[in-house]
Amino acid sequence: MNEVPKTRRTDHPLLFETGAPGLCAASLPPSDVPAPKRDEFLPTQLIADKLPPLPETGELDVVRHYKRLAHRCFSVDGNFYPLGSCTMKYNPRVNECAAAMPGFCNLHPYQDEADVQGILELLYRLRCDLAEIAGLAEVTLQPAAGAHGEMTGLMIINAYHRSRGESRSKVLAPDSAHGTNPASCATCGQHTCTVRSKPDGRVDLDDLRSQVDQNTAAMMITNPNTVGVFDEQIAEIADILHSKGAQLYFDGANMNAILGITRPGDFGVDVMHFNTHKTFSTPHGGGGPGAGPVAVAQHLREFLPVPQLTQRDDGTFTWDNGHPNSIGKVRSFYGQIGVLVRAYAYIRSVGGDGLRDVAEKATLAANYVAARLKDRYTMPFKPPYAHEFIMVPEFPDSDVSELDIAKRLIDHGIHPPTMSWPVHHCLMVEPTETESLDTLNQFVTAMLDIADEIESDPEVVKTAPHTAPVKRLDEVVASRKPNVRWRGQ
Amino acid sequence: MRYTQFTDDQVSQMLSTIGVDSIDALLSTIPEQLRFKERLDIPAGLSELELLRDVGTLAARNRNCNDLVCFLGCGAYDHFIPAVVDEMAGQSEFLTAYTPYQAEASQGVLQLFYEFQTMICMLTGMEVANASLYEAASAAAEAVIMAAAATRRTQAIVAQSAHPDTRRVLETYCRAREIEIVPVAAPNGVVDQQALREALSDKAAAVVVQSPNFFGCVERLDEIVPAIHQHGALAIVATDPIAGGLLKTPGEFDVDIVVGEGQALGVPLQYGGPYLGLMAGREKFLRKMPGRVVGATTDADGRRAFCLALQTREQHIKRERATSNICTNQGLLAARAAVYMAAMGRSGIGQVASRCFDKAHYAAAEIAKLDGYELRFDAPFFKEFVIRTTRGVRAALGSCRERGILGGVSLVRFDDQLGDCFSVAVTEKRTKAEIDNLIVALDAA
Repeated sequence: MNEVPKTRRTDHPLLFETGAPGLCAASLPPSDVPAPKRDEFLPTQLIADKLPPLPETGELDVVRHYKRLAHRCFSVDGNFYPLGSCTMKYNPRVNECAAAMPGFCNLHPYQDEADVQGILELLYRLRCDLAEIAGLAEVTLQPAAGAHGEMTGLMIINAYHRSRGESRSKVLAPDSAHGTNPASCATCGQHTCTVRSKPDGRVDLDDLRSQVDQNTAAMMITNPNTVGVFDEQIAEIADILHSKGAQLYFDGANMNAILGITRPGDFGVDVMHFNTHKTFSTPHGGGGPGAGPVAVAQHLREFLPVPQLTQRDDGTFTWDNGHPNSIGKVRSFYGQIGVLVRAYAYIRSVGGDGLRDVAEKATLAANYVAARLKDRYTMPFKPPYAHEFIMVPEFPDSDVSELDIAKRLIDHGIHPPTMSWPVHHCLMVEPTETESLDTLNQFVTAMLDIADEIESDPEVVKTAPHTAPVKRLDEVVASRKPNVRWRGQ
Repeated sequence: MRYTQFTDDQVSQMLSTIGVDSIDALLSTIPEQLRFKERLDIPAGLSELELLRDVGTLAARNRNCNDLVCFLGCGAYDHFIPAVVDEMAGQSEFLTAYTPYQAEASQGVLQLFYEFQTMICMLTGMEVANASLYEAASAAAEAVIMAAAATRRTQAIVAQSAHPDTRRVLETYCRAREIEIVPVAAPNGVVDQQALREALSDKAAAVVVQSPNFFGCVERLDEIVPAIHQHGALAIVATDPIAGGLLKTPGEFDVDIVVGEGQALGVPLQYGGPYLGLMAGREKFLRKMPGRVVGATTDADGRRAFCLALQTREQHIKRERATSNICTNQGLLAARAAVYMAAMGRSGIGQVASRCFDKAHYAAAEIAKLDGYELRFDAPFFKEFVIRTTRGVRAALGSCRERGILGGVSLVRFDDQLGDCFSVAVTEKRTKAEIDNLIVALDAA
């Protein structure tokens, strides 16, 4: 008997609302071994009396379901994605081919080292490349993402202070810092103190000097910072910190702006992390996986996580666990290997000179878009910008917000920029180096059209999006009365 | 290979729009003395063909589990992955999207995560789940931090039958948080319940138990969990989601927080990562959970829609008071797991679990018939088990390797007292013939 449709025709049903009992989209061969009696080998109290209520769907409908879901997503492949601070550059397909090679994809983490020398050599080369880009002595590939790298880096810094008989509980961060910075400090049992920025977006050195003391473990800084400005005082900041025994932690989120142009290790940084999914083109995957390799200066090497990849005198590679001062392990096994293969493929594709070209073109693209928009949108900071810039919509006699503009961009097939952070009401635009001039111009045209609309027909902006699969959502109720799983009818 | 696409003419045109005469002028905020004057010591860029040769050469120097017969486990398993998983989870809309902060432009991936959360609840028997964490070990650490916050206690009791990586990562995280770890021994392959009861007090925030555990053995959650709750501590269970197709779920034993490694759900081995950290729990802990959570809501027309829920727990809003520092999670692996669970479905997951159980028990019984090999533990097991041999672990596994078989994981690297032991995992992929070859190889050692 046909059931009454559970959702409206225009909605895309949940998996659980489709299918029929008995369907299955996978097939396994019949068992070729004798089936042992369950209750002879397991206490009956532990044996399930029913199967888990997973969906029951045929293969074609599983395929259609996920195909339709894919159609309801913006992505770099389908849309311009100028999401500030996220470096949504093109993810080269050859990287996917590399990572999918059976010689990488089908290796078990506990295989004999003699059987996996190829992947170990790749990781070793990547480690060396990252150290070169950072201008630092050594790299761990273990952290799983940028924030995980921050935590690892802070633990290394704390181990260093402890090794000198000190316990320092304070970490400084500018007011424009990523939210992960203070959250990572909390993970390490530390508290964050905010250092003021000057109106031009640079760190207020007087405020910094007044806050650095013998209890300061480190300062975490992003440079260029999140407002798109390179802080040229960075070497001085390092000196101020080092004079009190504190360390300089560099958040590598914006490395795309300075690749090959300047190196953190050369301006006094002690520890930094990379976001391979930002700088080195590994896909963002709807929110991961990333990888957050951490580079450190010479004096911090002994504290790196174990195992550390090393090369023996005979040229072979091995995981070395013998570091008594190591902070320990921060994740299972060795790291996000499949992601790191992609990062290696990218770095070797682009090459040493190409990396500098990446940074230059990313900078060019951001400054070009800013120059085209500066007459209609307020630019709170002075150009030239790094790889991203901040703009604030300010239209007299209008209550249209940055959120409205963001949603209206969806109707233009463009993913909105980062909103409302680190400056109130702002949009943070990061075009990246991989976009064509045509695409940048289409974005400019869309932004100018929206500016016109705000003056001529603000309602159309305030009720956007109009072409997305859904209208604007009630995100408040999603948090007030959370419904985070399907529970049946 | 360059992925930039401005021509020289376009660069000139863009510079003139900006009003500068060179790209260098745009870099003027980077002081001269901070500039890197040399060339990066990284080889010149490779064309696609050259790159594929370069990585192909490196890949060819690894012996991979397609060419070998894999009986390795210990947290990473060679399960069958249906073709639809690569195809559907690999769609570039999922691959190249960012975190779905803009819900209207991300309904597809948001619905996918909502369904993922639901299916993880189904496999674990829990009320709520998040949209993934990094991997099993850090997920366990996050769970302990969550339990410490929920109970306002600062001690975690950890079964030594949990994966050694989980225990080591817990040590790293807990040291930083000043949470004391009290280990409880597992001399017989499962946690010593007497020792656990003695260790428990009203100081304990949580007890971390893995089941099926590192040795493959199934812990008596029916007996352990009530003991934990007697002291007001939370029961954190690390599990293998595949076991949900055969064993009672942690939820049926009133467990508080379930974590686990989701690699078995359609994620390739990839030499240990990226994998999929799972976290599920009782509803009352939802607001204390780390990581992203997707919720259902309605749009302006009253239609069902999905968005990130409870973002005020997260670092970009709450900063140092966030429940965790996690930002990037393992979205694409959650997508793989979702497609895997959808494709396998109710009966498929049951078949996978049953085949693993049947084949592992066949293998264990046959190995135990050989002279010089015996099961190390008497405790019941699911899909892997520990063998003790008098023939030398190195000789036994070496004999397998000569025959193209990865016969097991030597346990001496984890524990000196297990120097004569190795662990064998048997998934649904292994055939009777392959198991019989393993027996021949072991017997030849």
